[in-house]
Amino acid sequence: MEISSHSLWTLIHGMGFGALYLLACSGALIELYRRYSPAAEAPITPRDESFLRIYLVVMAALAWLAVLSGTYIVYPWYRAALPPGATNLAAFPQRLLMSSPSTIAWHSLGMEWKEHVAWLVPTSITMAAAVLIKYGRSLKTLPQLRNAVLCFVLVSFVAAGIAGFFGAMLDKYAPVQGGQNIQLMHGE
Amino acid sequence: MSAKVSSTPANSTELTNGSGAAAIFSAGIGVFMVALFALVADKSPAIKSHFIFYKPTGPLSGVTTSALLTWLLTWAILEARWRKRNLALARINTAALILLGLSLLLTFPPIVDLL
Repeated sequence: MEISSHSLWTLIHGMGFGALYLLACSGALIELYRRYSPAAEAPITPRDESFLRIYLVVMAALAWLAVLSGTYIVYPWYRAALPPGATNLAAFPQRLLMSSPSTIAWHSLGMEWKEHVAWLVPTSITMAAAVLIKYGRSLKTLPQLRNAVLCFVLVSFVAAGIAGFFGAMLDKYAPVQGGQNIQLMHGE
Repeated sequence: MSAKVSSTPANSTELTNGSGAAAIFSAGIGVFMVALFALVADKSPAIKSHFIFYKPTGPLSGVTTSALLTWLLTWAILEARWRKRNLALARINTAALILLGLSLLLTFPPIVDLL
């Protein structure tokens, strides 16, 4: 069982950083919505406060790792220029998608949207983490701040979902391949 | 923006909302700049070529780096100006959320194609 280094980086970018961010985001939304609501009766303990701060900082790190690995490691392989005379498009995912009317929209809509909308995520979640670090449990008594943070986290969830969906579909129709083959396991 | 936002100076021990307002509004600016720079690069080949900071990634490198720098600079300036103040958050939040909504819309390729 082996995997190419380009495929492995695509997995780390999408299934590692991206998918983990999406999972974590749903938890952050619930925590911010329920525990930090002015109407919530249960007090927020210092332990809860520290937990959410660390949780959001980890989410921000995941978001940055996802967009930076996507933009500077995987995307250059996706948009690799086709050398003159090349006929096998398998190593040129963007060209492969653009070569057929049935797949071109995966690039012109999917990738064009994904590559920009994903960048809304790290800014939004970094802001949320910074506000939580500054205000902590006091956010419960500042509902306008808490509501704005909640909106940004919600939009980051939607944006990460869009990027994740198109990332998965693009990898299905034109996988990023190539690089060094890495042997994961020997078959029997 | 600061001139139009009503604010009151805080006493030294009070937790003000200014830092939060600075973080929220600058994040709105930052996400909007991603969409705006991408739109401008899409419409102007000359600007698009100027956004190529890292050739393998193409103009996306310049669009996102420029937006990030704008965001961080805006945040630093607003933090310095607002951190000790209590601001009218409703207007700041509304402006930030409008910018956030616009950034979502302007990254959607069919809308960009209409402009």
